Amino acid sequence: MLNEDAIIIGRLNCDEFAMGSSNENSIYGPVLNPHDLTKVPGGSSGGSAAAVAEGLCLASLGSDTGGSIRQPASFCGVVGLKPSYGRVSRHGLIAYGSSFDQIGPLTNNIEDAAIIMEVIAGQDDYDSTSSNEPVPEYSNSLKSLPKSLHIAVPSEYLNSNAIDNEIKDDFINKIAQLKELGHKVKEVSFPYVDSLIPTYYVLTTAEASSNLARYDGAHYGYRSKNSKDIETTYFKTRSEGFGLEVKRRIMLGTFVLSAGYYDAYYTKALRVRRLIKDKTDELFKAHDLILLPTAPTTAFGLDEIKDPIKMYLQDIFTVHANIAGNPAISIPLGNHTNNMPFGIQLMTNKFEEEKLLACASYMMNELN
Amino acid sequence: MKLDESTVERIAQLSKLEFNTEEKVAILNDMNQMLDFIETLQEVDTDNVEPLIHMTEDVNVLRADDAKTTISQEEALTNAPSKDSTYFKIPKVLGKN
Repeated sequence: MLNEDAIIIGRLNCDEFAMGSSNENSIYGPVLNPHDLTKVPGGSSGGSAAAVAEGLCLASLGSDTGGSIRQPASFCGVVGLKPSYGRVSRHGLIAYGSSFDQIGPLTNNIEDAAIIMEVIAGQDDYDSTSSNEPVPEYSNSLKSLPKSLHIAVPSEYLNSNAIDNEIKDDFINKIAQLKELGHKVKEVSFPYVDSLIPTYYVLTTAEASSNLARYDGAHYGYRSKNSKDIETTYFKTRSEGFGLEVKRRIMLGTFVLSAGYYDAYYTKALRVRRLIKDKTDELFKAHDLILLPTAPTTAFGLDEIKDPIKMYLQDIFTVHANIAGNPAISIPLGNHTNNMPFGIQLMTNKFEEEKLLACASYMMNELN
Repeated sequence: MKLDESTVERIAQLSKLEFNTEEKVAILNDMNQMLDFIETLQEVDTDNVEPLIHMTEDVNVLRADDAKTTISQEEALTNAPSKDSTYFKIPKVLGKN
């Protein structure tokens, strides 16, 4: 972006090591939602969403491991795109879950997201998982759309108990509008909905426990003043430096990777991940898009959710794209009677960001 | 399954983390809740399903084996909590015993 003369004006707050759905796990304090200062902006890239929503900057970048771009985009009423796994280099990003993490733009409109993607997507020698798949001119193809889209709506998502009634009604209304515009919307079955968040937590905590082993107090970052020898350097530095949520995830990740439990938890989750990916691939054989809500609720209050598992369930509609490696975008089409915005989410097959952005642009213009 | 305090202590040891008595109770409770939550995966039939290990479909991405400087020594030391000339400086590792 610097090579394209982007002007970088600042760094933004986020949850510590991108672990959180409310931006409350930050040493700098919580970010507040610009639409209502008593509410969270979502997370982990809460600062990135709030800054764009408030007009502090034209666009921002966020990172998305399980919904950390899209859920804050929904809470703050902006566009948030998580690209396909491998589409954007992670060089310079602090790793959380390496087989999930992607960087993507948060913007006011689809065109800005498309322009940024043209610049940041593509192969990079510094990230061996970045794909050499050619990068299309996304911003020039926003109007190229099939006459009739084939849209899949997994009924298990729609019937989820977690979803706010008004968000659900709005979602059903959007489906009706799409049908009226001549698109084919089909309710399909995605039987792994209840396995998504458990799979996500086993695998990302495992990867995090390994990635965060590099915080040893020797090479960078914090070192405890109480470091006396090698063991106290590790123990004191890590125990004083990491926040509670990060410790919780390192502990669970270390447990699922430990001798005796590895197969039962870690390998099991990798098998379920394959089932999820295969089923997702199958859905895209017959459909252009999967349409789903972005988040089950609108922005909640600061300090309102204290139970970690309740917080994890915020990602119920977003982790799917990370587990399967697909691109997904949240667009701000909803307005709740509680005066807070909410998004609707589109997912396409891998490396179909061009189609994803064109569909998102179409829906931004045609749906209300 | 339910974890007990000794498992938490062992996992903390492996993670290089320490918890005081109060924190230990809290983390044990959190971990047990999380384990109950992920236990639902056991209900999914994964017979004959291979673990999914690689997320990219690229095979054998190779590059020329050229030596190059990707980061200078000075840059590598920029964020070191302590350094001495061209070295990371750490507390003494070897004891008298």
